[in-house]
Amino acid sequence: MSLAVKKEQSEQDVRFSVVEEPMPAIELLSTEKIYSNGTRALLPVDLKVKQGEFVTLLGPSGCGKSTLLKMVAGLEAPSDGRLLLWRKPVDKLASQNRSLSFVFQEASLMVWTTVRKNVRLALELEGVKGEEAEKRVDQALELVGLSKFADALPKELSGGMQMRVSIARGLVVNPDLLLMDEPFGALDEITRFKLDSELLDLWRKNGLTVVFVTHSIHEAVFLSQRVVVMAARPGRIIDEVKIDEPFPRSEDFRLTAKFSEYSMTLHRLLSKASVEEDL
Amino acid sequence: MSTAVKDGAFPLMKHEKFRKIAFPTLVTLVLLTVWQLTVEMAQIPEYILPSPIRTLEAMWEDWGLLGPSLLYTLKITALSFLLAIAIGVIVAFFFVQSRFIESAFFPYAVLLQVTPIVAIAPLIIIWVNNTTLALVVCSTLVAVFPIISNTTLGLRSVSPNLLSYFKLRNASRVQVLLRLRIPSSMPYFFAALKIACGLSLVGAVVAEFVAGTGGANTGLAYQILQAGYQLNIPRMFAALTLISWTGVVLFVAMSMLTKVFIGHWHESEVH
Repeated sequence: MSLAVKKEQSEQDVRFSVVEEPMPAIELLSTEKIYSNGTRALLPVDLKVKQGEFVTLLGPSGCGKSTLLKMVAGLEAPSDGRLLLWRKPVDKLASQNRSLSFVFQEASLMVWTTVRKNVRLALELEGVKGEEAEKRVDQALELVGLSKFADALPKELSGGMQMRVSIARGLVVNPDLLLMDEPFGALDEITRFKLDSELLDLWRKNGLTVVFVTHSIHEAVFLSQRVVVMAARPGRIIDEVKIDEPFPRSEDFRLTAKFSEYSMTLHRLLSKASVEEDL
Repeated sequence: MSTAVKDGAFPLMKHEKFRKIAFPTLVTLVLLTVWQLTVEMAQIPEYILPSPIRTLEAMWEDWGLLGPSLLYTLKITALSFLLAIAIGVIVAFFFVQSRFIESAFFPYAVLLQVTPIVAIAPLIIIWVNNTTLALVVCSTLVAVFPIISNTTLGLRSVSPNLLSYFKLRNASRVQVLLRLRIPSSMPYFFAALKIACGLSLVGAVVAEFVAGTGGANTGLAYQILQAGYQLNIPRMFAALTLISWTGVVLFVAMSMLTKVFIGHWHESEVH
């Protein structure tokens, strides 16, 4: 599926979302995770993410947000409950001609080879070769603004640029679902703001469904349509907040009273949970 | 002001590359000169401590003996080094297949490593008829362990995130091995080569000491033993010097190989 087609679809999704309920991309039904040593990483949770939605999982460390994301990716198996992607089990994703990409907290690139080959790897593992692969790699690098650095080694790039390579590597396979585990956590605030905005552009252009994990309240408010608030010990979902602000969102959104209000609400929810935890 | 004058006087000293060579060379020359002068002035007899010049003379005079011995030692070293690499890498690949295999067999690798080669060399020389082969076996036993342990560690030292990434993209075991594990292990493997090249030389010399062979095929260790019996200390020094040089050349060769293969990306090689 080409990017242009996807773009059209995403616009349609947005237009009709009021009338028609879009297909759920992710459904968790009493999904829980208990590790073999007895640690309860995540109490049974219910969560639905619509196709084309941008959802953020917000919570302190140990709230199970990364665990939840890894279960969605199929990197970890739930101990109980159900987890469906497009109404099918996680391992049936490929047979539906759909794919997901996972962006890690660190760029996690192959340091021994160039940016181009890092991005190309995803395609080569799928058996896409030659000019077709080359074209798609160029496209993906252009999307993240790194065309000029295709032949650089990861260590020659800044942290923010390495993260962009990681995102390009995720996008080059034209995923339907993009899972991001605190991808900008290690970056300075200015770079982070910039990448937040770029990510929103990519999401809108490509009709992606994004689940974004963060512990930053501000990042959650700025990015998402919906924030899922989580608490720790044991990890669980405590609330959900809809961020009712149209897209595209400019940097100015961060300065509005509405933004502060949302931030306050989320802050209160998080601190209430942590106070209860201390009792 | 004074540094400016200095720089003006020795413009070459501004070049870092030149300094990198100049300083070690200077120190070596000073040490050799001190050695030479001490021997001359204190009139130390050459059967106690030959001077550097006397050592070089002995090397020249006895080249007929030392040359072939050097070649023989080199042959043992090279053969055992290559054998150690081949065995070490194969065993490492075998080990990373599963933790069970590794935990079952790693103790034997350690056992071989901690048993002093001088203690088992006589056995090997009895078991293996061909002297050259016996020496190669001994020397390989000494050199193989760092390659096994480093390569195993390297093949396992894969970024967990990258491994997850390969899993998510449904990469096969072979793809993970070729595209992820082997490149990740390269720094460890080359570090092992640097250790193992020296060890195979040490192994070759030690094994020959134990074998104490005579006849046509004799290495530098035999020359050292013979020179010791004859109190021909200059020749002993000449043979020792050849062994040291061989070790240094091997090490430099391995360092250069490391630079060629991983110099462009690995931290240890970037200055």
